[in-house]
Amino acid sequence: MTDLKPITALNGDSAAVDTIATLTIRENPDLALASVAARHGAGDTVAARLKDALSLSLLAPAHWAAAGDYAAIWLGPDQWMVNAEYGTHALLASDLKAIVGDAGSVTEQTDGWCCFDVEGEQLVAAFERLCALDFAQMQPGQANRTTIHHLGCLVVRTDAGASVFGPRSSARSLHHALIEAAYSVA
Amino acid sequence: MTINRLKGGLVDHGAPLNFTFDGKTYQGLAGDTLASALLANGRRLMGRSFKYHRPRGVMTAGSEEPNALVELREGGRQEPNTRATTVELFDGLTANSQNRIGSLERDLMGVNDLFANFLSAGFYYKTFMWPRAFWEKIYEPIIRNAAGLGSVSFEDDPDLYDKGFLHCDLLVIGAGPAGLAAALTAGRAGARVILAEEDFLLGGRLLAETSGLEDQSGLGWVTQAQAELSAMDNVRIMPRTTVAGAYDHGIYGAVERVSDHLAVPEAGKPRQCFWRIYSKRALVCAGALERPIAFENNDRPGVMLAGATRAYANRWAVTPAQSVVVFANSDDGHKTAADLMAKGIEVPAIVDIRADAPALPGTEVLAGAQIIDTKGRLGVTSVTVRLANGQTRSIACGAVANSGGWNPNLGLTCHQRGRPTWNDHIHAFVPGADLPVGQLVAGAAAGQFSTHAALTTGAEQAVAALADLGITASVGDLPKAEDAPRAMTPFWHVKGAKRAWVDFQNDVTVKDVKLSHQEGFRAVEHLKRYTTLGMATDQGKTSNVTGLAVMAELTGKSIPETGTTIYRPPYVPVAMGTLAGRSVGKEFHPTRLTPSHKWAEEQGAVFVEVGNWLRAQWFPKAGETTWRDSVDREVTATRQSVGVCDVTTLGKIDVQGPDAAEFLNKLYINGFAKLAVGKVRYGVMLREDGIAYDDGTAARLAEDHFVVTTTTANAVLVYRNMEFARQCLFPGLDVQIISTTEAWAQYAVAGPNSRKLLQKIVDPEFDISNEAFPFMGCREITVCGGLRARLFRISFSGELAYEIAVPTRYGDALIRRLMAEGEEFNVTPYGTEALGVMRIEKGHAVGNELNGTTTAANLGMARMVSKKKDCIGNTLSERDGLNREGDYRLVGLKPKEAQKMIPAGAHMMSQTGSVDAASDQGYVTSACYSPSLESYIALGFLKDGANRMGETLRMVNPLEGTELLAEVVSAHFVDPEGGRLRD
Repeated sequence: MTDLKPITALNGDSAAVDTIATLTIRENPDLALASVAARHGAGDTVAARLKDALSLSLLAPAHWAAAGDYAAIWLGPDQWMVNAEYGTHALLASDLKAIVGDAGSVTEQTDGWCCFDVEGEQLVAAFERLCALDFAQMQPGQANRTTIHHLGCLVVRTDAGASVFGPRSSARSLHHALIEAAYSVA
Repeated sequence: MTINRLKGGLVDHGAPLNFTFDGKTYQGLAGDTLASALLANGRRLMGRSFKYHRPRGVMTAGSEEPNALVELREGGRQEPNTRATTVELFDGLTANSQNRIGSLERDLMGVNDLFANFLSAGFYYKTFMWPRAFWEKIYEPIIRNAAGLGSVSFEDDPDLYDKGFLHCDLLVIGAGPAGLAAALTAGRAGARVILAEEDFLLGGRLLAETSGLEDQSGLGWVTQAQAELSAMDNVRIMPRTTVAGAYDHGIYGAVERVSDHLAVPEAGKPRQCFWRIYSKRALVCAGALERPIAFENNDRPGVMLAGATRAYANRWAVTPAQSVVVFANSDDGHKTAADLMAKGIEVPAIVDIRADAPALPGTEVLAGAQIIDTKGRLGVTSVTVRLANGQTRSIACGAVANSGGWNPNLGLTCHQRGRPTWNDHIHAFVPGADLPVGQLVAGAAAGQFSTHAALTTGAEQAVAALADLGITASVGDLPKAEDAPRAMTPFWHVKGAKRAWVDFQNDVTVKDVKLSHQEGFRAVEHLKRYTTLGMATDQGKTSNVTGLAVMAELTGKSIPETGTTIYRPPYVPVAMGTLAGRSVGKEFHPTRLTPSHKWAEEQGAVFVEVGNWLRAQWFPKAGETTWRDSVDREVTATRQSVGVCDVTTLGKIDVQGPDAAEFLNKLYINGFAKLAVGKVRYGVMLREDGIAYDDGTAARLAEDHFVVTTTTANAVLVYRNMEFARQCLFPGLDVQIISTTEAWAQYAVAGPNSRKLLQKIVDPEFDISNEAFPFMGCREITVCGGLRARLFRISFSGELAYEIAVPTRYGDALIRRLMAEGEEFNVTPYGTEALGVMRIEKGHAVGNELNGTTTAANLGMARMVSKKKDCIGNTLSERDGLNREGDYRLVGLKPKEAQKMIPAGAHMMSQTGSVDAASDQGYVTSACYSPSLESYIALGFLKDGANRMGETLRMVNPLEGTELLAEVVSAHFVDPEGGRLRD
């Protein structure tokens, strides 16, 4: 067990939480991420192996699914982003590689991203000001790539609200954009 | 005293609002615009004209207003050229007139009007010709000062502006009778509807008319419709929202004035929001704009459009004067007279150009008559009428309601170069067949001028639009409405007038149009440029068709043969702040912070922007007075012991798959197929034209797994090119790529003690001795008690060096640990400046050398190019022109006097020859002071450089008139044999 102490994407010792009127923006550092890309012709094999091992479904474009500790977001043709809690799955990438074997390429993505969970009544109004997605029509189980404040992001619709994945190095800028949108619609 | 306030209207007579205009305090009512409130207070004079500085008053009641432009608010919030007709009155509003010297009443620039004969259209093309030197310094500033609009405060705007994105099945633009009927029809069918209305109230002309609906009041139906629409979850009503542009794929730009009706926006709230609306279909219900008849001195304050005069009386309960003469060519003017008289306003006469004009009880109808002049210095006091029998009569009045017909509001229908067509029935242009894809038009915007036609076409077009989308809708019950024919006699201007205004905002008269014709500028686009007709902020909304009509008369062509100019977005002026949105100041672009940023801030690092990244440039220490002190220290300490630099910003791309090595072979000039697992290789990539564009390393972590690094600047470009190569050039290769730049915090640990430092943090089961982990090795390890990490033995500095990567969340902790563990070695953090100095000392190329013109051969890397394989750019790199004898080669340069700086960018000339382009021998790309050599040094490209070692050349900087002598040396100033790397 390393004695190095991690910090969050916002350079904090703990996750930042901001509540603005009805909206809550919560930094989520407890995420392990890994991309799984099927090798040529092996899409079905990768899907079957993850289904067998983790009960995890790899869904079609613009969708995501969860099973147990894991969730998988469609990322591109034959490519998904799998996530799980970091605390219990810090070695997610190597675990997944062990499952998919030569059928897929697995890449560590954990700290490539920051994640903010956004919840509250003004969710739709806030996202109208953040990105070009038709957020009002997005249902839990859907996810899509978009641009927020010039940053390439993933917006994942959840039962509670939405999770925004953005580039970790720009976490402060992304957080700023979320906060401003929240004030705008408060 | 509100001397011209009437009873009734849609203003709240119990809610007075105080405001100031030109420093004087007035009172208006809730529901007023600034224009209506000024009229209520008897203020007809609201501005000065653009060129002649003629007194001007309000002419319209909408966003087409050309005259009543004001500077709204003060300080950072001051906004010039704001149309008083669209400013919703609020308590405390401050407005000032503009484009004047002295008071509005006594504008000194009014003298321009005395010289009107010299200031006609195009005067500046013919005058101020000599002397030539005066053009830019004297004449232009004077002309620009004399002719102009409002001013800005030059203070920062304190308000926020949002951008947003909306989606709908049907965007209804305009909430008059057509728009409301359309929205109701679509809303009831369950479609997603956005109803955008420029005004702060829905209803359009229904709010301004007394005769729109037959079985109920216009306001009553509007209220009812709004209530029904508001109750629909699928309908979004957007008042105070102007759709300003129609773009490709059904996208519309719209400005919502979120807080303009407030003195100050609520904290955190935007003043305006610029919406991008993605519509499947759009229905333009933007109504029509009335056009004036041009007659002598038709621009005096008090001369207004008849429909506007009617709207002010009915909706805002104000009149410009207690006595109003109507000038008309249709029954529409009579409607204004009737409504004014019903409000108790005297209408001494209706001057109707039609010989068969009908009578109207309560006033005298002067059939077949024309207004031929007006009088009144700061506002009209009388009109001179030429009667049908040729006699003239003067009629005292305080205002003229001028009605020349209506033009469908075409702007949005023509934003994609659509050409309108002429309608002989209404004598106006109507939308043509080439509308933007997915757009339909209804109501007055389509030339359907009766209220009944507006309601029915609105509903019918909504049904048609939704049918395209597979949504079934039907025309429901609509209120009974007037459906009177709009008979009118086209009449554009009174013949014989000398100064009859066509374009009020840009001061273009009938005479100017004639001059344009006389000078040969007869094509419509030439007319526009020569006279500036239609080029003001109102884009000629009230003037274009009249101008065309006058030109058509002159040329003997019909109006449609004369043509129309191109309509372009935005439909109304949009503030720059609105277009910028939140991307202002330090949030102009997102910032990327390195994993060590927090720690570096604590150390007092000086940061530099590298793209979006903020990188530590150097780390000043107490007692250091210049950046050179810090940088020299960092370089020396690193070369003598050990230094640490955050190199996370270098691009990292994960390349996996059975064909990963073959894929890299196609990207790099050198081969990677035989690179052993656990090894790193330097590589150069070419553009397709054979020019080198990026360099970096590829580390082989497994047979089917590489990590490619790129330069910081080209991280995105290289990734994009790799993705293109993977998907389009080599789709048969089984390879997967993804960026991992952000996932790993990576530090260069360089210097003779770097291994010793790393050995203190690398877990003991990993042997990183020189034998076990030699130069250009790589492996996955753990550090600090089990933290997974990657270690690369590569060197940019030329020293024994490593790059160590850990998950980014541990980057902060790792730099602190390295500093703590390195105390015994006097470990020194170094920034990008020291990094740059050391790479120049070592002769490593960066962007300065990979500058878009250089080849691998120029860089001295010709031998790296593998002849056993092909790669992107390989073929074109073999062009003769890129392989000439004596071509540029990268060399080092040392000044003859060590303490003389060689300027980067200097050109190399022989010692005795002339200094000109023909004698140019090469150029300096990078330069620095080398603390290791205690001398300035430089890198540069020199013709036949490899064969000119030891030669002395002049480094010439013609821009600053300096030159110095320097010796050509190897680019590898430090450790040219590379022994330190391998120790």
